[in-house]
Amino acid sequence: MDFFKRHFFAALFAVLGLVVIAFVGTMGNLQLIFGVVVPYLAALIFAEGLVYRVIQWVRSPVPFRIPTTAGQQKSLPWIQRDLGEKLDNPENTKYLLGRMALEVLAFRSLFRNLRTELRQDPDNPEGARLIHWSYKWLWLGAIAFHYAFLTIIIRHLRFFTEPVPAPVKLVDYVDSFFQFWTPPVYLSGVIMVVALLYLLGRRLTNPALRYISLAADYFPLFLILGIGITGMLMRYFFHTDIAAVKQLAIGLVTFHPVVPPNISPLFYTHLFLVSVLFAYFPFSKLLHAPGVFLSPSRNLACNSRAVRHVNPWSYPVKFHSYEEYEDKFRDAMIEVGIPVEKES
Amino acid sequence: MAKVPTPAEILPGINYQPPAKGWMEVKPEFRPGTYCNPAGPKWLDWIGYPFPRAWSVMDEDWKLPEGWKEIVLQGMEDRLNRFRSLKIYFDICVRCGACADKCHFFLGTGDPKNMPVLRAELLRSVYKRYFKRMGRALGELAGARDLTEDVIKEWFYYLYQCTECRRCSLFCPYGIDMAEMTILGRELLSSIGVNIEWTLASVAQCYDKGSHIGATPQAMKDMIDFFADENERVTGIYTPVHYNRKGAEILFVAPSGDYFADPGTYTFMGYLLLFHALDLDWTLSTYAAEGGNFGFFMSHEMGKRLNAKIYAEAKRLGVKYIIGGECGHMWRIINQYMDTWNGPADFLEVPKSPITGTVFENAASTRMVHISEFTADLIHHGKLNLDPQRNAHIKLTFHDSCNTSRGMGIFEEPRYIIRNIVPEGHFVDMPPNTIREKTFCCGSGSGFNADEYLETRMRGGLPRANAVRYVADKYGVNHLGCICAIDRAVLPTLVNYWVPGMEVTGISEMVGNALVFEGEIERTTDLRDRDLVGAEEAVEDEE
Repeated sequence: MDFFKRHFFAALFAVLGLVVIAFVGTMGNLQLIFGVVVPYLAALIFAEGLVYRVIQWVRSPVPFRIPTTAGQQKSLPWIQRDLGEKLDNPENTKYLLGRMALEVLAFRSLFRNLRTELRQDPDNPEGARLIHWSYKWLWLGAIAFHYAFLTIIIRHLRFFTEPVPAPVKLVDYVDSFFQFWTPPVYLSGVIMVVALLYLLGRRLTNPALRYISLAADYFPLFLILGIGITGMLMRYFFHTDIAAVKQLAIGLVTFHPVVPPNISPLFYTHLFLVSVLFAYFPFSKLLHAPGVFLSPSRNLACNSRAVRHVNPWSYPVKFHSYEEYEDKFRDAMIEVGIPVEKES
Repeated sequence: MAKVPTPAEILPGINYQPPAKGWMEVKPEFRPGTYCNPAGPKWLDWIGYPFPRAWSVMDEDWKLPEGWKEIVLQGMEDRLNRFRSLKIYFDICVRCGACADKCHFFLGTGDPKNMPVLRAELLRSVYKRYFKRMGRALGELAGARDLTEDVIKEWFYYLYQCTECRRCSLFCPYGIDMAEMTILGRELLSSIGVNIEWTLASVAQCYDKGSHIGATPQAMKDMIDFFADENERVTGIYTPVHYNRKGAEILFVAPSGDYFADPGTYTFMGYLLLFHALDLDWTLSTYAAEGGNFGFFMSHEMGKRLNAKIYAEAKRLGVKYIIGGECGHMWRIINQYMDTWNGPADFLEVPKSPITGTVFENAASTRMVHISEFTADLIHHGKLNLDPQRNAHIKLTFHDSCNTSRGMGIFEEPRYIIRNIVPEGHFVDMPPNTIREKTFCCGSGSGFNADEYLETRMRGGLPRANAVRYVADKYGVNHLGCICAIDRAVLPTLVNYWVPGMEVTGISEMVGNALVFEGEIERTTDLRDRDLVGAEEAVEDEE
């Protein structure tokens, strides 16, 4: 098996294996394990792992101020800079916050994405030339996935709250606005699955991407796809007892866990995959979520010439001093009339 | 020296299809023209760096020192503890591939390991193997692999096929900066005595004598005095030069490339003309004779050791502030490193133009001003008498250097100057996706000017040259302007290869062309002795 297949199938079988474990486990009456123990364990690993990871990061200092400057610098007062440039090369905290907000909420850098291709061109003496064009599909796929996922998480809060807060109800209402099915279809679920299929599809069809992809890249895709598919199956085809599910959920968040009967194995499979996602998060590339806030090429103001940045571990270095230099070249310097400190 | 394939041999052969074998099984193929020569032991002795020895890239045995593996792993651990950037960049890449086709070396070679994501993975895989539980347990399946001599060779090959231009970092959704990883990776290589000759020779010379080119003070004075003579010959105006003059208001630091070879030398003539036109109170230093810093291409520490001379000399001479010449990586360092390394420069004053009174608040702490900022301010206040017609033979496009673009953001200053020194319609930008923050590297930055590396350099410069060709064909552009000394050193070779007939020029050179002096002789040529437009007719009229 080649590199690609090893990584692809390892991830695929891992997720299928998880599905089987949960399904078989609940068939075998391990509801307490999959409904209570695993979710608690996952939440614990998630919280602890995340805090540990972020502390690990923060324990290393930021010795140099190395933001990527992506617009005109602030220099002379009469040089025009529009808001975009101030955000792309922020000279103060205000614009820096704007830059980070754009990065986190709108995926600014990915929005800049280009595609470069070597095109045949008979007019060119070498017969080909490079062309570059704006390529927003990756941005669209990424932003569609992330916002759909966020919407799904928010509307799932209705299982954990009683009464359900108005904002959650509102998200639910908007998400199921288009009523072309019974029960009404949540757009977010459809968008998330489509976006995931796009993200998976590009990994498989783009040869360069397939070449760099690891099991760690396929695994979260399959896992979240699994979560989406089991969720949709439950909502649209194989209904489970929603009231019982809510009882379980409320029990979990109020630390009075109960395992109501009448919940289908499909639900436990869904819950198990979610638990695995949470537990996997702090050990995986999913750390890009907290990581982007700490990236020194983005989260520092571009003012290193105006305000001194201090390196906490800076140490003195040996350099060739002027005295050593003059000692070496004094005679020659005097001869050609370069001023010296000591006349020989 | 290896024979360099012709453009027609290279371009149709570029194939972006990765090989069938997985990347961990593919070893780099060292072929003359695609690697830099290893540093000779002498240079390491000069600067007191470890494991000097003679070795050859083509040899099976690189004579790595005893315990090299422990040194590298210990070095990696140290750097993880000292650089948050490294930890973050190792941990959060999602391999989305947005960076892949942004790298000029990938575009020019088609080698998948030149995709920044995979170049980073070459280091990251070792990190995972030795510092991550998942990598230790799952090995290859977690993208982890053992550190072997082959891995060191691969690092050498690909970390020296990265010019630290940061174009990938611009497009990365998390700002993962390959340049940072390349710098730290090269530090690891350096720690086991794996360095390249071009960088190390420059570093050692700069450390010992004052500049990369290794000019003694008398040689440097000789070269620059010659420019003053040349200025007098062309313009009739003698432009005095000052060396190591205590009490001058301004210390001027230029990259040594500007007094070493054409066409940088014309840029230096431009500096001299400008300073003379302003009657500026300035001095050069033969000790802090180098604005550039090849130490930075080897390690943060060596960068700091070379850079230290600038502030030390400013202090000794008692100047008020510093002006820096046109140079790319020099300005990334001044902008993002110098103050942190060797500041605070509290013995200097906040730069204030003696001509216009402008206070350069943006340099309030480093107290060092870019010559383009200084010049743009003068032009804006109408302090320069400029005749754009003297650049009428030039149809210009402007190359934004990587370092000043993505490590500083100086885009408008040079363009403002250009628009004031060439006639209307004589300046066009290259396509928007190839300039400003999205600019393409010259392909020879970060210590790659070496001749033995020509094939890779020409490949890496393809995207830049390709955009230059576009404006040459479409608008008849005949000059490529830049504010970078490495550019002036390497772009002539690059454009001569891909876009024959194109000339490379610094912006201060063109300022020098355009400056009108009282009492000058009639200008019939530019600083390069090329006829000005209209000069020939004038001569004929006289006859």
